[in-house]
Amino acid sequence: MSRAKADEDDYWNSSKFTLAFTFDEEDDDYTRLKESKKAVNSISALADEDDDDDDVEKVSWSGEPVGSISWSVKETASKLRPAGDSRELGFPKISASPSLPKNNSVYSLSSLFKGTAQYSTLDTPARHYAPELRKPKCEYKDYISNWSPQETILKMQQGKVVSLERFQSLQDKMLLLDKAVDGHDGNIITAILIYLKRSLCKEVLFRELVGRETALRHYIHYLKESGEQKVLLDLFSLSLSGSVHSLPFSPEDSLHVQDHYTLLERQIIIEENDKQVERTGQSDVFKRFPRKASILNMPLITTLYYSCFYHYSEPEGTYSSPANIRRTFKLAEKQYFLTALAARAKLKAWTDVDSLFTTRNWLGFTKKKSPVAFQRVLDILHKNNAPVQVLEVYVNLLEDLELKINMAHKFKCHDVIINVRRASYTLCSIILNSASVWL
Amino acid sequence: MAQSIRRDSPELPDFSLLKRLARDQLIYLLEQLPGRKDLFIDADLMSPLDRIANVSTLKQHEVDKLYKVEYKPIVSTSDQLCFLIRPRLQSVKWICDVVNADKAAGKFRRYKLIFTPQKFYACENVLEEQGIFGDVTTDEWGFHLLPLDDDIISLELPEFFRDYFLDGNQRWVRTAGCVLHLLHSLYGPFSKVYGIGRCSKMAYESWREQVEEGEQKGRDGEIGSVFLFDRDVDYVTPMCSQVVYEGLVDDIFRIKCGCVEFGPEVTSSDKSLKVMLNSQDKVFNQIRNEHFSNVFGFLSQKAKNLQTAYDKRCGMDIKQIKTFVSEELKGLKQEHRLLSLHIGASESMMKKKTKQEFQELLKTEHSLLEGFDIRECITFIEEHINRQCSMIESLRLLCLLSLTENGDYGVDHLPTFANLKQLGILVEQPTGETLTAMENKVGKLVNDRAAGKLTDAFSSLAKKSHFRALSRRLNLVPKSDEEYDLRVPKDMAYIFSGAYVPLSCKLIEQVLERDGWTGLEEVTRLLNGQEFAADGKARSDTQRTILVMFLGGCTFSEISALRFLGKEKGYKFIIVTTAITNSARLIEALLDNRA
Repeated sequence: MSRAKADEDDYWNSSKFTLAFTFDEEDDDYTRLKESKKAVNSISALADEDDDDDDVEKVSWSGEPVGSISWSVKETASKLRPAGDSRELGFPKISASPSLPKNNSVYSLSSLFKGTAQYSTLDTPARHYAPELRKPKCEYKDYISNWSPQETILKMQQGKVVSLERFQSLQDKMLLLDKAVDGHDGNIITAILIYLKRSLCKEVLFRELVGRETALRHYIHYLKESGEQKVLLDLFSLSLSGSVHSLPFSPEDSLHVQDHYTLLERQIIIEENDKQVERTGQSDVFKRFPRKASILNMPLITTLYYSCFYHYSEPEGTYSSPANIRRTFKLAEKQYFLTALAARAKLKAWTDVDSLFTTRNWLGFTKKKSPVAFQRVLDILHKNNAPVQVLEVYVNLLEDLELKINMAHKFKCHDVIINVRRASYTLCSIILNSASVWL
Repeated sequence: MAQSIRRDSPELPDFSLLKRLARDQLIYLLEQLPGRKDLFIDADLMSPLDRIANVSTLKQHEVDKLYKVEYKPIVSTSDQLCFLIRPRLQSVKWICDVVNADKAAGKFRRYKLIFTPQKFYACENVLEEQGIFGDVTTDEWGFHLLPLDDDIISLELPEFFRDYFLDGNQRWVRTAGCVLHLLHSLYGPFSKVYGIGRCSKMAYESWREQVEEGEQKGRDGEIGSVFLFDRDVDYVTPMCSQVVYEGLVDDIFRIKCGCVEFGPEVTSSDKSLKVMLNSQDKVFNQIRNEHFSNVFGFLSQKAKNLQTAYDKRCGMDIKQIKTFVSEELKGLKQEHRLLSLHIGASESMMKKKTKQEFQELLKTEHSLLEGFDIRECITFIEEHINRQCSMIESLRLLCLLSLTENGDYGVDHLPTFANLKQLGILVEQPTGETLTAMENKVGKLVNDRAAGKLTDAFSSLAKKSHFRALSRRLNLVPKSDEEYDLRVPKDMAYIFSGAYVPLSCKLIEQVLERDGWTGLEEVTRLLNGQEFAADGKARSDTQRTILVMFLGGCTFSEISALRFLGKEKGYKFIIVTTAITNSARLIEALLDNRA
């Protein structure tokens, strides 16, 4: 094990940690796994001899175990008949005789649940699980009205019906809210807030909430969940002056909003134009690679990719040219480079790929440079099925000899391996020769 | 350390009782609406329901057809409708629409709403506002706890995380208290309760209040100590890539309610297969806690053994074959089925992970945890974003970077990027330039300024970060010059290839060892305090069964680490969590483009 581990570690020795496994195809573990798979598959003939094993779960066509609830729901969905077939749609008959509970389930339920009861023990057990048996609200009224805010909150926590109408003064209302917040029960806090929303005008409510963060957060959450955008907006515009929460957009963010706006504008122009071009079949690239989706609402980098794909050779003046997008949105070199590389490689435009790397120095010599490691470039090219000849060029540009050989092996660039070996062989023989001269 | 006297781990309490209770209560509630009825179920309740009941149970109680809640007009012809839902306003509103549509059409039906695990006042308020309060009956189904395995119990409430930690809504706090109350009344009394985090504290108080409401029992408990843990105490651990088998399966295939769907690439057939992953699966049970690198060896050894076992039948006489078939064959076949499944899964995971340059990713993560070569890590993350690799992954790495380099900003501000993307309605505006630098990194708004900013931001982080300090104090990153043999793990760091001991589990270990927070003052200060410990009636015989409750979710890796700790120290851990989570789920919960 230790020898194999050492080999694996070589590649990752730049990390202080020895990574414990690799996923390389040539890896021992992987071949071992493959073998075991083969072994297991080879004995499948026997295992399949009688498949009606009772320990194997019955599974329907969709893969759900037959009899499961998910399965059954799917079945209903697929068998749905159009509304209103055989059955009467009007007022249905409701069976007059009350059906008795099935004897196998109810026997001692109330005693079973006593331990988990959320209601006060004053309630009769049946009431715990059958609230419709509750007495009407009015019967409680008499003594409810005497409850203090604290008591009211407590009763609410116990799931009792309480009346909040008694809390009419602002002071009482806020006392009630504060008690609810102290109780740490979001359900109750929200309940009180709903009552306050009904019984206070929003300016007053917002003003009071400003100093109460927990309550405010519950209120915002409630408004969000119930989809009351209008009230939320009011809350924000009011809180501007109150300075608890700042504007939805900070100055920093509004720059992004501006950028996004520009991008959308740009996309609309490109979309209109390209739809036209695609329909009339003027352009070859659209015919070879029909557009899969509209460019509208796509992220910036996707837009750049699109532009590198369909509009690569356009001059910088046009809105759809990659150069223009790059300049307008001040894209970093790396970002531009990686996107262009991916797009051109996808099109198998190897000359374009090549020229991405080519720089000329003042003497007119060309040189290959890349803002990202050539190793990464190779990965991208390889994923796009670049031919060996193309890969070879970049393998040769790797400086680390060992990495070069590894990559050459991986991408099957045999010439590179031979050259490297030959070079090191020559080097060796030179050293040997010179050594012998010395001797 | 491991030389200390090992005591045998105690037996786990029987949690199937929880399933029986939930099922019986549901049946009781269904019978409150006598006669034939159609049942509408919230999509995310379907799998949990499947674990405790099946269609025939429902049919026995006169459920006619089953539908998924889809927020569309319904086609049911039944005159009684029952809705089984989570207490969400959207669902209640939809039901109101259904009822009001019936009213308009002059159709008369009976309606019953069953909320689980509880109903909220806000839901009833919707009924009132929509004018159907009184036309429908409502009930609560206290299905709080679903045992996913012998030692894992889930509340199946993934929204707990977002609601509490992002929106500051405390509506599930009492639910957490109820859970404690339920466990206490069934398996208690507890001898001690430890906790860290504000939500834990509130849940603890809510439980105490409920105990005072109810009655006390005087019997021997099956659970000793309880440890309550807020997810925001440790975001680092769930942000790391998982490399323990069960965690890796969850990261790649997503285990849902203890069940995973393996696609054709795993089953090597043309259809997908749903598989339950728990201790009943003999093969899985042996590899679930193993580092992925050990799994291959184990599986191939298993395959060989299986081959030998099958080969035995050659050269048997009739009688021997008969015994072989009746005694061994069934077991062997099942093992064979499981084995080929897990081999398929491993193979498929290996393929996927090569594609994503998993090694480099892990290396970056480890460097971040170690605080080593940070500049290189930033370059890696930057390229990751530039190449438009998965946004979730990029965000995850950014979180890890910010969490490990400085505790003052990070995941808490994720909503800022997410909401920003939607040109958000509510953006909490924390201070600090670093944040804006991070904002710029949101997938679609990346530009060169962002890259520059990030670097600036980074250089401004000269001050000591909390994670670094915690890491040093608790020795979370083991000495890297020592060889770490993943086959014979020596500490919980094995779940992250020996690079990092999960903070959450380390805290639990330390508190249990010290029987409290004494000596951890500096650590809790770095974690913003909020720790507590409370004594109950101590009983030594159950002392070693420990219930750990994660508020806001926990990962399979953490569970594996705790199982390991249990084996080392003779504890038995029971994990209760609001939901099983992982990095992707955490980040997705904070994205705002779900609508």
